[in-house]
Amino acid sequence: MFPVTFVTENFLKLDLICKQFKKHSMEWIFEPWPWYVAGPLIALIMFILLFVGRDFGMSSNLRTMCSMCGAGKNIEFFNFDWKSQRWNLMVVLGAIIGGFIGANVLTDDPSVAINPDTIAILEDLGFDSAGEAYLPTELYSWEAIGGIKALVILLIGGILIGFGARYGGGCTSGHAISGLSNLQLPSLIAVIGFFVGGLIMIHLLFPLIF
Amino acid sequence: MRSIIYLLIGIFFGIVMFKSEAASWFRIYEMFQFQSFHMYGIIGSALILGIIGVQIIKRKKLKSVDGEPIVFNDKDVSFSRYAYGGLAFGLGWALAGACPGPIFTLIGAGYLPILVVFVGALIGTYIYGLLRDKLPH
Repeated sequence: MFPVTFVTENFLKLDLICKQFKKHSMEWIFEPWPWYVAGPLIALIMFILLFVGRDFGMSSNLRTMCSMCGAGKNIEFFNFDWKSQRWNLMVVLGAIIGGFIGANVLTDDPSVAINPDTIAILEDLGFDSAGEAYLPTELYSWEAIGGIKALVILLIGGILIGFGARYGGGCTSGHAISGLSNLQLPSLIAVIGFFVGGLIMIHLLFPLIF
Repeated sequence: MRSIIYLLIGIFFGIVMFKSEAASWFRIYEMFQFQSFHMYGIIGSALILGIIGVQIIKRKKLKSVDGEPIVFNDKDVSFSRYAYGGLAFGLGWALAGACPGPIFTLIGAGYLPILVVFVGALIGTYIYGLLRDKLPH
């Protein structure tokens, strides 16, 4: 009986080694993905969309959703064939599902390890969750929302995003990725606008708000 | 069938947004503080590959899977709409710490207060539609 136990024992060992190898080699997937993985994947997404005959752009879905809700009855801007944009709504649905998978299946610890200097600045502003969470609990928790201030901040932030993206003709995906990839001067103007706006917000307005 | 492809592209996009932390408010703040290369690396590497790929598509006149030529529409030439719109978008991006793609990703990830930002973004889009004729373009 010796050879049988020898085989089964070693088979179990081999199985264990395989499992451990799999665990170690796949571990990176549960860690935050570095920029040199994420950036090329975003470019890949844009190219896949180009090859199926579509343009990469997320904010136009907001216009589509306004039209779906009947905004086209009173306002000409929303009076268009929103059904032609159903493909992009599928991308949106996917992005929601992808967020669920990313957060619940592919992540062990969602805390974001930002620069310790950034953490120190944020703690001075009252963001104690810096370095310990994915989003600041001081803004993105029901408790914070109940405090009205966070609610107003998030609402105004959203309004600026929606208004600015449509007025400027695109957001990060449409201008910073698609538009600049096609060397569009308007996209460069818009992206410079994004950064000037962001810098004004964080360096001039944050000390007044928080 | 094509719908499934769009859905899969979206799922892939959502996972990349979440796992790269591009959907994290903290990463956006850190970027505007110039204290990490992370976000610049993501946008920069996507852009460099994007520019190279678009040039290849144009020069080799590559076709889509349906055999149609891949068309790149030039954006309307203007300064004010891109500058003012971009500025407003940047203010919101930094304040809420999310751009439109990550807003959807974060809904799925279960950070439900992001719905306030989502509703705000719909209101903002509606306001643009309302004021469009009065705004400089």
